[in-house]
Amino acid sequence: MLHSPIDRVASATPPAIAARVKGLSDRAIAWLFVTPSIVLLLAINIFPLIWTIRLSFTNFRVNRPNAPIEFVGLRNYINILTDSDIWQSMQATAHFLIWTIVLQVLIGFSLAYLINKKFRGNDLWTTIIVLPMMLSPAVVGNFWTFLYQPQIGLFNYVVGFLTGNDPSSFSMIANTSLAPWAIVIVDTWMWTPFVMLICLAGLRSIPDSIYEAAECDRASKWRQFWTITIPMVLPFLMLAVLFRGIENFKMFDLVVQLTGGGPGSITELTSINLKRAAFEQWRTGYASAYAVILFVTVFGLASIYVKALNKVKQR
Amino acid sequence: MSYSVTEPSGRQKWVAGILVVFYAVVTLLPLLWIIGTGFKSPEDAIAYPPKMVFQPTVEGYVNLFTTRTRVPEDQLKALGEPTTWYDKLVRKEGVVITGASRFAERFYNSVIIGFGSTVLCITLGTAAAYAFSRFKVPLKDDLLFFILSTRMMPPIAVAIPIFLMFRSLGLSDTHAGMILLYTAVNLSLSVWLLKGFIDEIPIEYEEAALIDGYTRFQAFYKVVLPQAVTGIASTAIFCLIFAWNEYAFAVLLTSGNAQTAPPFIPTIIGVSGQDWPAVAAGATIFLVPVMVFTILLRKHLLRGITFGAVRK
Repeated sequence: MLHSPIDRVASATPPAIAARVKGLSDRAIAWLFVTPSIVLLLAINIFPLIWTIRLSFTNFRVNRPNAPIEFVGLRNYINILTDSDIWQSMQATAHFLIWTIVLQVLIGFSLAYLINKKFRGNDLWTTIIVLPMMLSPAVVGNFWTFLYQPQIGLFNYVVGFLTGNDPSSFSMIANTSLAPWAIVIVDTWMWTPFVMLICLAGLRSIPDSIYEAAECDRASKWRQFWTITIPMVLPFLMLAVLFRGIENFKMFDLVVQLTGGGPGSITELTSINLKRAAFEQWRTGYASAYAVILFVTVFGLASIYVKALNKVKQR
Repeated sequence: MSYSVTEPSGRQKWVAGILVVFYAVVTLLPLLWIIGTGFKSPEDAIAYPPKMVFQPTVEGYVNLFTTRTRVPEDQLKALGEPTTWYDKLVRKEGVVITGASRFAERFYNSVIIGFGSTVLCITLGTAAAYAFSRFKVPLKDDLLFFILSTRMMPPIAVAIPIFLMFRSLGLSDTHAGMILLYTAVNLSLSVWLLKGFIDEIPIEYEEAALIDGYTRFQAFYKVVLPQAVTGIASTAIFCLIFAWNEYAFAVLLTSGNAQTAPPFIPTIIGVSGQDWPAVAAGATIFLVPVMVFTILLRKHLLRGITFGAVRK
């Protein structure tokens, strides 16, 4: 192989050195370096996934290891897709996804736009804004149940103070119409900074010369915003939505601690529902089928989305 | 006259500054509330209206690390006067310390599993990233995408077979099992991020080293590794933070022996109901390292959380 510059240099050097350069061949090193990672991922990600798919066609239950395992074909899948409870969690998940993404994009982009004005001390304030997303969602979710306590909770107190309502008159996590918003608020608090950071990177990637050219053409500020800023930031924004979408589709820890899926099952997102089937009811085969459906959904949606993203990037 | 048209005017800066500072303060409030509650007495923690000014106490921290019980008056007398400062702190209303809580143990588990998986993840990740960055690996793009896609799987979706697998391998509820699991979870981040950092190191350095008679392997650890130290350090901190904060696997796959702190903190209860100052104290101890890292990392933050997909 005389393609790479290294090989050419190696062959041009005296034989003694060239022999030492060889040592392990590049190909051997490449394999040596890549294999452990791939093996680990195959063992802990792919192997379990295949196992999940296999279990999804059976009636296996982890808590009854001695019961005969029966192959049940597509029955688990049919049961899931015709179960109204599961459709309700799908709806709860969709509601959660849509609202968190809308709010996080709006607030995150606005913040990035403001921070891009480069006022004094903006590095410090940006760092403060970014803090929540680095924390443990379970710990944060648990503590927010305290902030949401009627009367004594900080959230209720502040809302009561601002709106003039009695802080003990409403409970964010015990009320069926408020509970979904309780999780949307905490998720937005935690993850808006993520969208903000990505938008900021997008805004900073726009060269000044484009605005200068627009200024020469006497384009209004408003026009510049819609024809330059937005289209240039859009690919970044779409990437942020992709990451948030995948993460929130998997959402578990925050919601488990915050509402536990309640009151009733109003905030029971798909992953909480799945955990119930798998680790409380121990319907392993059924839960595996559910897991496969969720994985195919997120993978499918993400693939379609990435195609759209690439189209936007190419423009 | 030459000026940058995007340079905002003084008034714009003021308005932007005020709005951002307002948002930052609103963001910071719950965090400060957590830290503050850790230093409140149980009565102050549930006072109405919520107390901004209070007499600080470390009672919450004492409660976090101990188990306590309420004893009747006559037994209390038999116990005699409290001897240590922390005994004195909880002795009011007849509450006595009966032993250590499991928080220290859980925290220790978090440290062992967090650091163990980080070291393993960085070792495997650096090697793989170097190979992907410098060599013609067959199916390179497919492998890289495969590595990234492992991150899309909901933890619960693979938890059942991992649970079964760990049980038959004797890995369930062990440090080793959790270290392996978290390494696999974070490996995608580690490979992608480190590949980005290594791509930026000019290949000429290694070529020079090779001409000087180094082997490939020597060139890797004597030339490339020292250049990649910043990237490795920030990748390590991201892996640590993710392992540190992970909850779903920890709660599903561990129980007594290897459980980390995140599933434990919400379960802290006192003599009467949830002991919020102790919960807040636990949360604070747990949050502080991450907050410090965040401040240190702010330059690499964006890369770290987006797998290097976006660079600032």
